[in-house]
Amino acid sequence: MSTNLITLPIIIPMFTAIVCMFLHGRNIQIQRVIAGISALTSLGVALKIFSEVADGETVLVFTASGWQAPFGIVLAVDIFSSIMVILISIVSAACLYTAFVTMDKAREENYFYPVWFCIMMGINGSFVTGDIFNLYVMFEIMLMASYVLCVIGNSLGQLRESFKYLILNMISSTIFVIALAMLYGMMGTLNMADLAQKISMVEDQSLITVCAMIFFVVFGLKGAVFPLYFWLPHTYTEPPAPIAAMFGGVLTKVGVYAMIRVFTLIFVGNVAFTHTIILIAAAFTMLLGVFGAISRMNFKGILSFHVISQVGYMIMGLGLYTVWSLAGAVFYIANQMIIKTGLFLFEGVTEQITGTGDLRKMGGLLNKYPWLGWGFLAMAMSLAGLPPLSGFFSKFMVMQAAVQVGNYWILAAALITGFFTLFSMSKIFFYVFWGEEKPLPESAKSIKYGRLLPGCFALLLLSVGIGLAAQPVTEILLRAANQLMNPELYIQAVMAVPGVRG
Amino acid sequence: MELLISILIGILFAIGVYMMLSRKLLRIIIGSAFLSHGTLLMLMTVGKLKRGAPPIIVEGVENPVYVDPIPQALILTAIVIGFATTAFGLVLAYRCYQELGTDDTEQMRGSFDEH
Repeated sequence: MSTNLITLPIIIPMFTAIVCMFLHGRNIQIQRVIAGISALTSLGVALKIFSEVADGETVLVFTASGWQAPFGIVLAVDIFSSIMVILISIVSAACLYTAFVTMDKAREENYFYPVWFCIMMGINGSFVTGDIFNLYVMFEIMLMASYVLCVIGNSLGQLRESFKYLILNMISSTIFVIALAMLYGMMGTLNMADLAQKISMVEDQSLITVCAMIFFVVFGLKGAVFPLYFWLPHTYTEPPAPIAAMFGGVLTKVGVYAMIRVFTLIFVGNVAFTHTIILIAAAFTMLLGVFGAISRMNFKGILSFHVISQVGYMIMGLGLYTVWSLAGAVFYIANQMIIKTGLFLFEGVTEQITGTGDLRKMGGLLNKYPWLGWGFLAMAMSLAGLPPLSGFFSKFMVMQAAVQVGNYWILAAALITGFFTLFSMSKIFFYVFWGEEKPLPESAKSIKYGRLLPGCFALLLLSVGIGLAAQPVTEILLRAANQLMNPELYIQAVMAVPGVRG
Repeated sequence: MELLISILIGILFAIGVYMMLSRKLLRIIIGSAFLSHGTLLMLMTVGKLKRGAPPIIVEGVENPVYVDPIPQALILTAIVIGFATTAFGLVLAYRCYQELGTDDTEQMRGSFDEH
């Protein structure tokens, strides 16, 4: 079905960014109000889009300037993309609220909101686009904004880590363009639906597989997959909490989203080879990520390493490549966006109170800040996968899929990772909230911490809510996974939209 | 012609990688610019190089010869992006140099457990 509705997730943040840019230097309150309204509008639009595709039969398509599918740029939204767009809107709203109350003045007034909405535009664009070159452009918009967010505030650590982050992503963008050039040279098209059609007709898949693995490297670098995750823990530790939450909760998932999209739609000619490699990478990502987390004594550092290990579960779902496992993978991404962002926001509140990120310097916060402590514990348990929280169900689905396929070594890796996740999350809890009370800095007394928590608790409630409503959620996810496993619907929907120009 | 351009691309990549492996910030950025120019040339070459063949199909001409216009559109986009990233990189390198007092990546080392 052709519609202009799906351009709104890109257009709304774009205009907000422009408007906020012009308000630079004036009262910051105006920018906050505009940012809040824009975030809520985006959420409304995302829900509207979801309600139109939720039946599993429709794929919304937009052809730019009315050029028919393989010739012009198309945007296409199925259930998977629409779920992602909803979640990013929710996460953005929660992060923005926390930014309102915790961000220091200098950072907030220095083009924080314009850049924030630029990154939203890039992320939403990556989710809705149906053209692989357009995906590259959207990635670049997102990355450009993320460089700025990463360095905003100019602390020494931020400068150092941003430079590494910038160079790494420059290299990965170069590789992305090389892969695109190869693909275009072979197929003569960059429209994803058209590519899928043409590649399925190629008999000798060897060069295509090479191309697929280059794409795996590109998206793997963005999504922090073994062995390309080395940059992540350092980069995500430096910026302040709302930005780190956005990075940890969303940016890597965009890489994983692109990977799932490409490896279910386009590169499915040689599943036995490509998806086995994905599975092996998944096992290493999970295990090494969680071992890294155990070794850290820095609150954000531990969470950053968990970002990596959780990416392992997602691509494990992709690697198993069944309807059930893909549904699990989508569920996992959805959950991680909520849980990981929430945990980073809890970290932000804790750091606001204690003034440090080092676990050894904190202790006994539970007496004075019970809500913070128990809220964090619930969120951490959701990450570790304890029922009835949402983390349990996504983990269950992915592991169930491994049993169904009979792939027990990946199951073992996943279970070990789950155990160590629980261990390292309880380590945070014991160090920060239990034990002897350590002296707090003077500034802690003046902080009204009740004001800081709504962002975190909204995400926690969402996680609990998804856990309690697991049945209907699973049904929708299975529909999404069905669409991913049978891309004919997507391809037909994109190719069938008639052009306005003859 | 394609062969010549391919060799040129190879040279550009070699220079780019060599520069990126050095320890100075500025060299790394220049190296990445070389890399991105190499890829742009590669994008152009996959569209086949032909002379004097504008991408306009004239009616009545059988088997028209024309240059594929899409790689050029892609290159234009990629140039703009590469320009923006390089400009940002230069500013960032300058700020790093100002704040950290060094442009040597070896001395910029550090880990988050230290502070």
